[in-house]
Amino acid sequence: MRRLFAGLIGLASLGAVAGWLVTAPQYLDEAEVAQGPGNPDNGARLFHAGGCASCHAAKGAKGDDRLKLGGGAPLVTQFGSFQPPNISPGPDGIGGWSLAQFDNAMRRGVAPDGRHYYPAFPYTSYARMTGQDVADLFAWLNRLPAVAGKPGDGQIGFPFNIRRGIGLWKRLYLDPAPIVTLPADAPAEARAGQYLVEGPGHCGECHTPRGPLGGIFKPGWLGGGPAAEGEGKIPNITPAKLAWSEAEIADYLKTGFTPDYDSVGGTMVEVQANMAELSDADRAAIAAYLKAVPPVE
Amino acid sequence: MLRAVLAAVLAVTTTFGVILPTAATAGPIEERQAIMKANGRDTKMGGDMLKGATPFDAATANKILANYAAAAKAFPAHFPAGSNTGETEAAPAIWSKPADWKAATAKFQADTAAAAALKPTDAATFGKAFGMVTANCKSCHEGFRIKKG
Repeated sequence: MRRLFAGLIGLASLGAVAGWLVTAPQYLDEAEVAQGPGNPDNGARLFHAGGCASCHAAKGAKGDDRLKLGGGAPLVTQFGSFQPPNISPGPDGIGGWSLAQFDNAMRRGVAPDGRHYYPAFPYTSYARMTGQDVADLFAWLNRLPAVAGKPGDGQIGFPFNIRRGIGLWKRLYLDPAPIVTLPADAPAEARAGQYLVEGPGHCGECHTPRGPLGGIFKPGWLGGGPAAEGEGKIPNITPAKLAWSEAEIADYLKTGFTPDYDSVGGTMVEVQANMAELSDADRAAIAAYLKAVPPVE
Repeated sequence: MLRAVLAAVLAVTTTFGVILPTAATAGPIEERQAIMKANGRDTKMGGDMLKGATPFDAATANKILANYAAAAKAFPAHFPAGSNTGETEAAPAIWSKPADWKAATAKFQADTAAAAALKPTDAATFGKAFGMVTANCKSCHEGFRIKKG
């Protein structure tokens, strides 16, 4: 009996050790981590493509206030309320971070103290960025004004409040490989768009349905689904449902008007404001990619 | 006389895409949707002129701006209590945040009135007036419309 008991304890500790190991943070290895110096001009482009201000600046901020990244309004979802942190270059934000620490946050979802970030911070998409682009973004963020103050913690329900468990989640869903395999003869423009949409733009985080554990359901890529926040539906933007021409898609991202002059609405208003800051070439690339993805019925 | 009036009405509706309520029994949801559909047609006409897809015409431009001002004035009356359910994309915030809603509709009215008062005679001025009005599309649809389609 005593032996059985000891055996059980042994098994349980083995399980705990295994659990601890599989949930451990996975860092970028030295060969892949971003190297400086970054180009802040390209960093500004990625800042808009990634929509950083939409979550990290104050809600409703306009103009230069969109560059004050003290942490914005919480993202309220079925899993709980996620509070975007201060990412301004001051002591309450990312001031003093190394590029490697920033890169591990962006592409591995790991904080400098080793904690996992919740995937409300879309590192599952940012993982597809190049190291150079991460370095460029870091250079740009470090030029922005420092903002004092740390926003409070979010409110996440059990079991999702156990951050260590995200390590397991990441093993299932953190994959930097491209989502779509474009045909070999796909134009360079569509490939450039693939990078922007699947990587920094993180369009699929809203426009793709999720499975029960909150991971992206890849066969439904960009096929739309219920809105993560509140009521309404996020539209299917694959060729099965989005009948606009490439020029019309690019024009929508620039002006916020659909071909028949309905206007952008809901959470896409913020996104479109960011897309309007990109170049015509980047918007055209996004449009070319959207015409090339597999249709989702 | 009657024939002349009818002809005039027909001319106005076909030229400017004004939609007339099809029946006196149309409910508030249909009424407000008709206003927004007319806004959409006017915006397409204005947008096409500004893009150069159609030639600039000052009379049409001013009519569009007058239509906007009239639409903005009429619009808030079509959201009575109880019209929040059914075939509507109107967000619950219209009724749960009445002060915000009032501020947004008041801004729409002020901006459309100011735009119409510019009385543009050239495309550049019309573009400015058009921009003053259409900035309201996004800002209002961000919080007060829930896309269901």
